[in-house]
Amino acid sequence: MRKPKLSTVTDHAVLIAGSLFMMLPLLMILQMTTIPDTEIIQTGPTLQIGDQFDDNLEKAMLQASGFSGENTGMSMLKNSFILGIGFAVGKIVIGMTAAYAIVYFRLRFATLAFWLIFTTLLLPLEVRILPSYEVVQRLGMLNTYQGLIIPLIASATATFFFRQFFRSVPEELVEAARIDGAGPVKFFVDILVPLSKTMIAAMFIIMFVYGWNQYLWPTMITTDEDMYTLVRGIKQIVQVLEGAVVPEFGRSNMLAVVAVIPPVLVVVFFQSWFVKGLTESDK
Amino acid sequence: MAQVRFSNIGKTYPNGFEALKPTDFEIQQGEFAVLVGPSGCGKSTLLRMVAGLEEITSGELSIAGRIVNAIDPADRDIAMVFQNYALYPHMSVRKNIGYGLKNRGLPKTEIARKVDEAAALLNLGDHLDSKPSQLSGGQRQRVAMGRAIVRDPALFLFDEPLSNLDAKLRHQMRIEIKALQRRLGVTSVYVTHDQVEAMTMADRIIVMNAGRIEQIGTPAEVYHEPASTFVASFMGAPPMNLMRTRAEAGQLHLNGGALCETEHEGEVVVGVRPEDFLPDPDGAISMQVDIVEELGGHRLLHGQIGDDTVTVHVSNEFAAETGPLDLSVKPGAVCVFDAEEGHRI
Ligand SMILES: Nc1ncnc2c1ncn2[C@@H]1O[C@H](COP(=O)(O)OP(=O)(O)OP(=O)(O)O)[C@@H](O)[C@H]1O
Ligand SMILES: [Mg+2]
Repeated sequence: MRKPKLSTVTDHAVLIAGSLFMMLPLLMILQMTTIPDTEIIQTGPTLQIGDQFDDNLEKAMLQASGFSGENTGMSMLKNSFILGIGFAVGKIVIGMTAAYAIVYFRLRFATLAFWLIFTTLLLPLEVRILPSYEVVQRLGMLNTYQGLIIPLIASATATFFFRQFFRSVPEELVEAARIDGAGPVKFFVDILVPLSKTMIAAMFIIMFVYGWNQYLWPTMITTDEDMYTLVRGIKQIVQVLEGAVVPEFGRSNMLAVVAVIPPVLVVVFFQSWFVKGLTESDK
Repeated sequence: MAQVRFSNIGKTYPNGFEALKPTDFEIQQGEFAVLVGPSGCGKSTLLRMVAGLEEITSGELSIAGRIVNAIDPADRDIAMVFQNYALYPHMSVRKNIGYGLKNRGLPKTEIARKVDEAAALLNLGDHLDSKPSQLSGGQRQRVAMGRAIVRDPALFLFDEPLSNLDAKLRHQMRIEIKALQRRLGVTSVYVTHDQVEAMTMADRIIVMNAGRIEQIGTPAEVYHEPASTFVASFMGAPPMNLMRTRAEAGQLHLNGGALCETEHEGEVVVGVRPEDFLPDPDGAISMQVDIVEELGGHRLLHGQIGDDTVTVHVSNEFAAETGPLDLSVKPGAVCVFDAEEGHRI
């Protein structure tokens, strides 16, 4: 057998150490979903696997906490999916159409418009959260999915990526389509969208995870418990109970695990597309 | 009948660059016209103006009797084959060929019939469901052709369609395209910078240089009676030998030897095709042969006549060697050009 090179060994050691480091908190949370809440208070995470997993899962997903009885794990999961998917799809649609306009139409101020959009990267939501809140509130969109999603979907990042991609589509393809009688809409739908498939997939992954993990905005916009997303619901559970009562750690840990799974699955399933979308294309 | 008529057509790009000087000419119904010229001379510009992809900045263009200056490419009744094929990478061959028809709202069965017909004509039957990336260069070229012929247009436009193929395939496709055009009888404008392609395919050659049309004529005319020193040196491989000399007392001389009679006087440039020089012991022109290039069927002798570098074509029966050689010129084979302007006189 060939002796492994020293550098290969160290490379792997570094990678393994890195992944263990990243995995450890997750494993700790997973362990804590299997033991009673009182034990967590007393001992914190241990190496021992308990028998409370089923109980905690049922409590977390089906029982409501809070006052209204509306925020079960299931409803939070649903809200998170609506936010994640709405956010990703919205960003992609807006980004693609904006990039299409900038790249393919002879607009007078296309470049200026592009750089204006680009500078909004310097103004993330957190910076303009109060005015944004006020607008949403005046439009009566508090505690609605529209209010949750629409203010977030204008996207400089997606516009930028799609612009770069569209610019790399050969000019001749556009001209061939023109001669073939494809108007602007047909060209977009029949040619550009299919060509951008991998790019769209890559964007979807990034944006889905990003939307899924939103915390600040949902916290501001949703006060009805049936509008809670997972990420903010978890916080709520640990927070509501104080004093002599033991916080429901098992339950919140379980929700944390549930909250991690969909983004992981999305990345695992789409990773080959993801890499392809960001590095190559089948033009 | 003139299928394409250029009336005073010119092109100035927005940056002020005049890519095409105002030009008048016509292309006849069913004709295969080849636009040839060096890189950057404006061939693509001219073709793209016909296609409607480039705005016509002056003059009037008519296709099949209709002025098309303001008409969209899709409505000009033309089809174009691009240098890099420009196939839609995500569509099967069938969809690629049928896309133009689909956009024109033809019924599905009609599209299918026409696509199958075109595919049969181009030997693409087995590949109809492949993606372009699964095809060879030659097959992609055929798909691009298929996309053009399926529309049954009034005019085919080709922009260097063969330049991405290797030499052998290029040769084969050249013949295929020409045969197909003959068969369909569709007027065609074909752009190339390869003068061999131009000579072999064209009914008429349009030689361009620096945004100007230098000559329009049949391959034989362009070859034997070039309108300028540019055409003489561009067409033919090896090109025509051009030599500066003087005409005196009705006689042209070359390196001291009498060449032919002439009515011109003074400084001129004479042009003689390599094959129009004949090795002749009694010849009046003496050449210094430096290199003998063996090409099997014939030989090329490279050397000097006076101060001018020349190439002479001789048959393989002629035992050529380096050193001095006496030549004569075939009667009537001398072209005389203006010494300053380069045009033929
Ligand atoms: N959009 C443009 N703006 C300004 N000048 C241009 C533009 N497009 C082409 N040109 C110029 O016009 C001239 C002719 O270009 P064109 O593409 O027609 O050349 P060509 O004869 O097709 O050359 P090739 O054989 O290399 O394809 C070139 O000098 C080029 O620099
Ligand atoms: Mg060109």
